[in-house]
Formats: sequence, structure tokens, C-alpha cells
Amino acid sequence: MKRSSRSSSFRSFIDSAFFVACRGCLVAAAILVACVLVFLVRESWPTWQRIPWHRFFTDSGWHPVAGEYWLIPMIVGTALSSGLALVIAGPLGLGTAVFSRLHASRRGAWIVDRSTELLAGLPSVVFGLWGLVVLAPWFAGSGSGQGLLTASIVLSLMILPTIALTASAALRNVPAELLQGAAALGLSRVSIMTRVALPAAWPSIRVGLLLALTRALGETMAVVMVAGNVASIPTSLQAPIRTMTATIALELGYASADHRSMLFAIGTVMMVLVLGMVWLSGPRRADS
Amino acid sequence: MAEHPAIQADNQPTPSPKATTPRVDEDQPLEMAVEIAGLNSWYGDYQALHNISLKIPRRRVTALIGPSGCGKSTLLRWINRMNDIVPTARASGTLRMGDLDVLDSSTDVVDLRRRIGIVFQKPNPFPKSIFDNVAFGPRLHFRISKQQLAERVEWALRKAAVWDEVKDRLHSPALGLSGGQQQRLCIARAIAIGPEILLMDEPCSALDPQSTLAVEDLIYELREQYAIVIVTHNMQQAARCSDQTAFFYEGNLVEAGPTNQLFTRPKEKRTEDYVTGKFG
Repeated sequence: MKRSSRSSSFRSFIDSAFFVACRGCLVAAAILVACVLVFLVRESWPTWQRIPWHRFFTDSGWHPVAGEYWLIPMIVGTALSSGLALVIAGPLGLGTAVFSRLHASRRGAWIVDRSTELLAGLPSVVFGLWGLVVLAPWFAGSGSGQGLLTASIVLSLMILPTIALTASAALRNVPAELLQGAAALGLSRVSIMTRVALPAAWPSIRVGLLLALTRALGETMAVVMVAGNVASIPTSLQAPIRTMTATIALELGYASADHRSMLFAIGTVMMVLVLGMVWLSGPRRADS
Repeated sequence: MAEHPAIQADNQPTPSPKATTPRVDEDQPLEMAVEIAGLNSWYGDYQALHNISLKIPRRRVTALIGPSGCGKSTLLRWINRMNDIVPTARASGTLRMGDLDVLDSSTDVVDLRRRIGIVFQKPNPFPKSIFDNVAFGPRLHFRISKQQLAERVEWALRKAAVWDEVKDRLHSPALGLSGGQQQRLCIARAIAIGPEILLMDEPCSALDPQSTLAVEDLIYELREQYAIVIVTHNMQQAARCSDQTAFFYEGNLVEAGPTNQLFTRPKEKRTEDYVTGKFG
């Protein structure tokens, strides 16, 4: 009797210790994020104080050394390249997932899944190098080939694994009973996929798409290598673009004073944007 | 697609039958819905069914009973080719539905499953509204107006004896229903596309006794219109709601006959041992 009560108190000690440890990890992670945000805001504070925000939209160009801070090209460049990347990679990733889950043989599915994982493991600089050496010459035309289209394709390849793997996992988690129920109602394989499996997996697929988009927004190295980095609003698919992250990476080395603070302001905007999207991708209320 | 015969056959919502009227004309000669002869079935190298011959009549309930692993579910799943999902499953012998050779590789499985509804052990409504669950099949298979669709959904829900419980919340999620209601909803979903045969794979094993009774009553009502095949572990259930019973043991069909006779005067020793509870 005594022994069992001792072991049960020991078990409850382990239980609460585990709980405290987990909670500690969570708090540490939250504090870290908060620290980054505080740091960004502090470093960018001079900008928020001294430069009225409408100048980001109305200045005549991006000449930070001369005190001109027209941010629109960078915002447009980031939005267009990431958006286009999602438009390219979304259907491709979904198609890959559908193929590997429903239509490929077991061996085929294995090959598709492993190569997708391999793609996910490639360092971004390798994507950039490939984009620069292989892709850019294809789209060169009269220019260098470094621009919106090249950047978007490189980005789309980088986010493809995220989309394909999350969609694949989501489809795998669709209960077998649902698929059986659909087959029993006389649905073809295509109908089972489009009318039952994909709708049931959609909440998770959506999260994967948003995560992929945040990765595209935040990607720097590969984009710097293939985007051309001219701070102007692109007028064609071949036109060079510059993203917000690329601006930070390219200019932080020599920036000082207001210019430096400006780069931190861009960083703050990026962080808030990504936090907002992560919040958006979080669990929704169970809808019908 | 629009010309599917089933939709014309019971297009009009029929009032639910009075409980007291005799439901089945017992004197009429039996028409066979499915005729099985010399059926063998394997999963890989394991032979799950040995030389099964059985006739399944229209407008009757056929119960398949026997201990776990005896092959009764396997047989059920050959009738609408659900076994196709299992990559190692194969069968030989004949399984005919009228003129249709069900096991033939050229048979259109999608069409076959329109003609044969199935209800599974665990209720599996889609994560949609009650209405959309029942409307799912008709929307896919028939080109009908909104009005007709609504009538058909009501008809199926009435037929499945769940209308009164859900009529005020047709557009709320099906997953909010109780297990018994979900199972009757699944039955409504199956009959909404106008099948000729209804297969039930232990339809009550996940239900409480009250819901079980409701579903059993329903099965008895439904046999007026469909050939029903029910797999069950529960011998009382087989006795209560079936007309003929087939007893399976280790992949063999030991004995088949009118339910009364099989339970009271079984011909085979093994049947007697099983129905009297000596094993199983």
C-alpha cells in the first residue's frame, strides 16, 4: 500500500515536471519572438519618429542616402514575386500530392515523396545559382534574364515541397471511411478526389499554402541572385524587381543613421506581415 | 445520366408505409437479385472464401452470420466490388446480378455501385450538412431540379426513418447527429440514388441498443423495396430481422436456409453449435 502511494506520487512528480518543462520551452520561444520584435522596433524607431509614413508611398524614388524613401517598388516586387510563385507552385504542389496519394503505385509514390523531400532540403543559394546560370539565360531576351519571372520560378520551386508535403499529409489523413463511403455511392476516382478527399483535406492544405507564401515572402538569397534588384515597379515579366528582404541584405553592409533605421523599419513591416499570415493560417473555428 | 431508370421509378415521395400492413407478399415466387456460384476468394495467398454458392432474393433480408474472419464481409464486399480497393484481393467463380457478370473485369464498377448501396459498420457521413449528405449521390448521378432534389432528399430521409428528427435542421452538420441518427442518415444517403440492393456490413455494431432497434425496424421496412444483405455478429439480430440466413465458418458456407429453420432446426452440427452459443 505504502509502496504504491510512493510510486504514484513519483509519477505525479514526473508528470508535473514534464508539464513545467514544456511550458518553459513555450515561454522561451515566445520571449525570443518578443525580443526580436522589440529589437526591430527599437532600431527602426528613428524612422517611425522622423519620417511621415506617407512618404513611403509618395517620394520620387529609393535613394536612401539622399533621404528619399519610396518603398512601393519593393512592396510590389515582393508581393508580385511571392504571389506569382504561389500561383505556379500551388497547382503543381497539389497535383504532386494528388498523384502520389491516389494515382501512383506504391513505388511511384515513394519516389515522388522522397524527391519532394530532397527538394525541400536544398539550400536556397543552390536554387539561386541554378536560377542564375540556367533559368536567367532562357528568359534573357534583350536583357539579363534577371527579373520577376525568373525570381518567381525559383521561388516556386523552393516552396513547392512545402505545398506538396503538407497537401500529401493532409490527403493521407482523410479518413478511409469517407473515401469508402464515396466509392460506395458510385463515385469515380476523380470524383472521390475532387468532391470528397480535397474538400476534407482543404483546411490543412490551406495552412500549407500560407506557410509556403510566408517562406516566399521571406526568402532572400536566391531572390537577390536572380531578381535584378532594380528598385522600380516592373512593367513586364522580364523586368527586374527588388524585394523588401533583398533591400535589407544588399544595403545593410554600408547603411548608417536614418538609412540603417529605414532598413529595420522594412524588417519590422515584414515581421508583422508574416506574423499576421501565421495567425491567419492558424486553426479556424470548425466550419460546418 | 438523366435517364437513369431509378429516378423515374420512385420519383414521387411515397408516404411511409403503415406499420400494420403486410409488407411482403409471401406467396409470390422469389426473384433473385444476386446469384453466386462457386465463388472463391483470396487475399494474396490466403483463401478467404471456398466455393460459395448462394442466391439472394429480391424483397427479402438475407443475413450472413458466423464468427470473425469467416469470410462473410468478404462475400458482401464482392457483391459491389468494394474489394477492388484491396490490391491483393481476387476472386474466381460467378457472381451475377441479373444479366450482369459482376466479377468481370469489364464491368463498370461505378455503375454497379450506383445499383448496389452499402452501409458500413461505422457511420461515415461526409463532413457536410445533413441535406448535402443525402443530396450528394443524386446531384452526381441525376440531372434534376432543386425542387426534385429536395423531394428526393425528404423521401430518402423518411424512408430511412430519420426525417422527423432532422427536418428542422437539414442544413446543420451531419456530424452533430447521434451515432444512430448518423447511421440512418447513411442509409438515406445510400437509398437516395435508387439502388436495387442494399448491403449492410454490421450496421449496428457501433450503435446503442435503442438505435439498434430503430435500424432493425428500418431494415424490415426497407425489404419491401430492396434486396437486403446484412452481415452481423449478433445472432438475435439475424433472427429478428432476416428472412434467410447463411452461416459461414472458416471461409465455407456451412448452411443456408430460411431463418426460422436455421435457428430452430439446423441441419449441420456446426450451425447448431454456433447458434446455440457453444462457440463464436
